[in-house]
Amino acid sequence: MGAKTLMIDGRQISAAEGVSVLAAAGEAGIKIPTLCHLDGVYDPGACRLCLVEIGGFTKLVPACTTHVAEGMEVLTNTGRLRQYRLMILELLFAERNHVCATCVSNGHCELQTLACESGMDHVRYEYRFPHWDIDITHERFGMDHNRCVLCTRCVRVCWHVEGAGTKNVAGRGRHSRIITDLNLPWGESDSCTSCGKCVQACPTGALFEKGATAGEMEHDRARLGFIVNAREKQQWIPPE
Amino acid sequence: MKPRLATVWLGGCSGCHMSFLDLDEHLLTLAEQVDIVFSPLMDVKHYPGGVDICLVEGAACNEDHVRMLHDIRSRTRVLVSFGDCAVTGNVPALRNQLGAANTEAVLQCAYIDHAQDRPTLPHMDGIVPRLLDRVVPVHELVPVEYFLPGCPPPAARIRLMLDHLLGAGPRPSGPDLKFG
Repeated sequence: MGAKTLMIDGRQISAAEGVSVLAAAGEAGIKIPTLCHLDGVYDPGACRLCLVEIGGFTKLVPACTTHVAEGMEVLTNTGRLRQYRLMILELLFAERNHVCATCVSNGHCELQTLACESGMDHVRYEYRFPHWDIDITHERFGMDHNRCVLCTRCVRVCWHVEGAGTKNVAGRGRHSRIITDLNLPWGESDSCTSCGKCVQACPTGALFEKGATAGEMEHDRARLGFIVNAREKQQWIPPE
Repeated sequence: MKPRLATVWLGGCSGCHMSFLDLDEHLLTLAEQVDIVFSPLMDVKHYPGGVDICLVEGAACNEDHVRMLHDIRSRTRVLVSFGDCAVTGNVPALRNQLGAANTEAVLQCAYIDHAQDRPTLPHMDGIVPRLLDRVVPVHELVPVEYFLPGCPPPAARIRLMLDHLLGAGPRPSGPDLKFG
């Protein structure tokens, strides 16, 4: 595969053909915010936080699903992008019930961290305060829909790393939600292998290990990298 | 004349005020910098006029809170939403998830179902304020100039904000905007 040369935020960068703009920027130390991207599984372009400006295009495109091209000029941090990212974060907070103070992932949450980094000191939109259930029927894990941002990382690791196909998305619009099998309580699932990769993949406190209390749930992302690496390269290198 | 500072406690646990007290010896410096004119930490009954800075702890949960917020707004130059309850609704707003009959549900739970002696709903017109149908953050009712998240905001973050408002130092940003 050939190399492509492109400009990201005024810096000349060389990246392998077929690589995403998100990956190329990351490789060059340019951080683009994202909630749905997860190393090792495909990118659905779901969260829209990694939107970037590309020279010659009027539309914003997600960096995770856009491949690098020769001579491409990418801007990752303009005023327009910062404004949209802030808006997306505020809408995520307004859509469900994200109560950081009582959350298992307080202090270890990607949504919370992105909000700080984006300067979100309050939400301009009216909170919806929807009613969502919590599924704690599984022996070891719990799912709190109040904290879900529908990034679908859990669905993708379940299908494409574990190969179990337990987690799915059901419903449309604001009724969209993560379900187990054909909408069964998690504890009654036949297909779930209880591997816990969905829990480790979750960016927020939506999926958690039972017994964790406020601030105690730290997702071990390295465990996923270990499994993906082992599958793809047959190298069983334990995470540090 | 020194700037006039007020602090107000609406629907919150008072944790933000406890954190304010955690300013420790800086409180002595603050007392030299400002005149504290109204606070739950003082014996003052009515919110005075001509307040320069007011820190509002807590969400708006009842009719008294709404009335107070409008009074405060009309008599204050700079309003600060102080802590997660004021900024987001936080824990007091959890009852909003129960839907239309949430006020009845929480009163029933607290005063009837779990009462050990004489289960009675508190009611006294003009004394016990009626709960709002929906708990709201402060900025949904009145314009707010500054937001200081945190449950509670750590003392260092409160000091950062006060220093900024008193003209010395940057506005809190980055990790100092962390909710929870």
